[in-house]
Amino acid sequence: MIEARGLARTFTTRTGPVEAVRGVDLDVDAGEIVGFLGPNGAGKTTTLRMLTTLLRPTAGTATVAGHDLLKDPVGVRRRIGYVAQGGTSLPQARAGEELLDQARLYGIGKADAAARGRELFGRLDLEGLWDRSCASLSGGQRRRLDIALGLVHAPQLVFLDEPTTGLDPQSRANLWEHVRSLRENGATVFLTTHYLDEADALCDRILVMDHGLIVASGTPLELKRQVSGDAVALTLKDVARAPDAATLAGALAGADQPTVDGTLVVVHVPDGSSTLPALLRDLDAKGIELAGVEVRRPTLDDVFLTLTGRSLRDEPAA
Amino acid sequence: MTFARETWIVFNRAMRLGFREPVWLFIALSQPILYLALFGPLLEKVVQSTPDLPPGDAWQVFVPGLLVQLGLFGTVFVGFGLVAEYRAGVIERMRVTPASRAALLLGRVLRDVVVLVVQATLLTLVSIPFGLRAPVGGVVVALVLVAALGAAFSALSYAAALVLKTEDALASVLNSLAVPVLLLSGILLPMTLAPQWLRTVSDVNPLKHVVDAVRALFQGDVTASSTGWGVVSAVGLVVVGLYLGTRTFRRESA
Repeated sequence: MIEARGLARTFTTRTGPVEAVRGVDLDVDAGEIVGFLGPNGAGKTTTLRMLTTLLRPTAGTATVAGHDLLKDPVGVRRRIGYVAQGGTSLPQARAGEELLDQARLYGIGKADAAARGRELFGRLDLEGLWDRSCASLSGGQRRRLDIALGLVHAPQLVFLDEPTTGLDPQSRANLWEHVRSLRENGATVFLTTHYLDEADALCDRILVMDHGLIVASGTPLELKRQVSGDAVALTLKDVARAPDAATLAGALAGADQPTVDGTLVVVHVPDGSSTLPALLRDLDAKGIELAGVEVRRPTLDDVFLTLTGRSLRDEPAA
Repeated sequence: MTFARETWIVFNRAMRLGFREPVWLFIALSQPILYLALFGPLLEKVVQSTPDLPPGDAWQVFVPGLLVQLGLFGTVFVGFGLVAEYRAGVIERMRVTPASRAALLLGRVLRDVVVLVVQATLLTLVSIPFGLRAPVGGVVVALVLVAALGAAFSALSYAAALVLKTEDALASVLNSLAVPVLLLSGILLPMTLAPQWLRTVSDVNPLKHVVDAVRALFQGDVTASSTGWGVVSAVGLVVVGLYLGTRTFRRESA
């Protein structure tokens, strides 16, 4: 569905050229939900804008939905839907009319456009909002309207740029359901996010992007496996026994160097849950008493930290 | 065919959004009458006491001036609406459709031209009870010239809006363009009063030639050389305006 090679974009600014995207290769198969994960400014939106014909790459080639991005941008536009980051509805316009006009710009006849629009309003829980001004919609409703506007022509491939940024948790969960249902309706979805839980919950495959390059890719599980396994955190009753506990933990198969912080001893092992019983027995045999124990699966934040040396959460908002 | 259809969709949408704003509609229609009521009474005395005015009575000189001024100021600030649409993400949303970029511009320009023509016709009709006498044929051709002028400035305003993307920048650029063009057009005061250097400068101002042409047409002087220059200027402005506008809409944005 998408095949890109060496896609790059350099912006010329007053302070000199800025390499926003520095050569991206990517392949997306039909029916996949693939996500770009990365901090603000990583080049996610720039890549998306190139793939959706809104921005001309300074280098590289791509075939999107079976059409060459550079030679046949109109062919690409006919087959893709794009939901931009900042919203796409004019406050004073009416929701239904915006949808109709958008459909008609794709060459859809009036009657078909109305039928398609009503169907989308139903599917995206927008019933009864057809004649409302966009300004009067809630944040979640407006976002769903944006998605409806991107889907009027039943595209094979849908690009969603930060689909849930700025939404409350309930609206986010609701929107995730709608994104999943896109695939059930036969569409391929390519989204960007800087939320780890979102990438984790939605994507079959994640491309981690940082400083204009894809630094890793894989299923959420594969990426998490790249991190040195699960964290086992032991909280001791007696601070004096911490070195002994660390020695025991460090001797586990595949364990890294345990860290000790007061009564807390943390060690990473390939598989936390199967290691734990033996570790507990050993601790008991040495008379080391525990106040608590926790096995933590790696998160995508750990993945990002491992890959880039920075935490996603530390990134200041752009 | 597809192009005409796309232009029509964009035109209709812009028209509908305009009618949704009662304040906009009220101002658009009352403005011409306001011009006449507040400016008209000053005319006769000024004309009597000003030497070197273009030929014709007071109304034949000033109504054309008002029409051209309307053509300029009625369209040159339309870019503000486009900045709002750009910020709302509407322009990007339309640009990702297969629709022609020129249609996205032209539909909006046509809306502005239609509004302008309604305003200009109203202004001309309301001038009749005030004392305007002009041949119908000449007035019709004059209105076409004003419409062309409006199309050019509307397209230029949209192009500037899409390049600048903020109201603040747009306001200063449009004002610094529109005010000198107006001053050098001979609308407010005839350029015959100007010293030679100023007259030379105003000679390269296309708006001046359009004003001269509209004035000649209001006297029924279709064959005057000023009419010819006015048509050439108006056509030139439209070509330049639509070329720059389309180029900006076509250009990928950063």
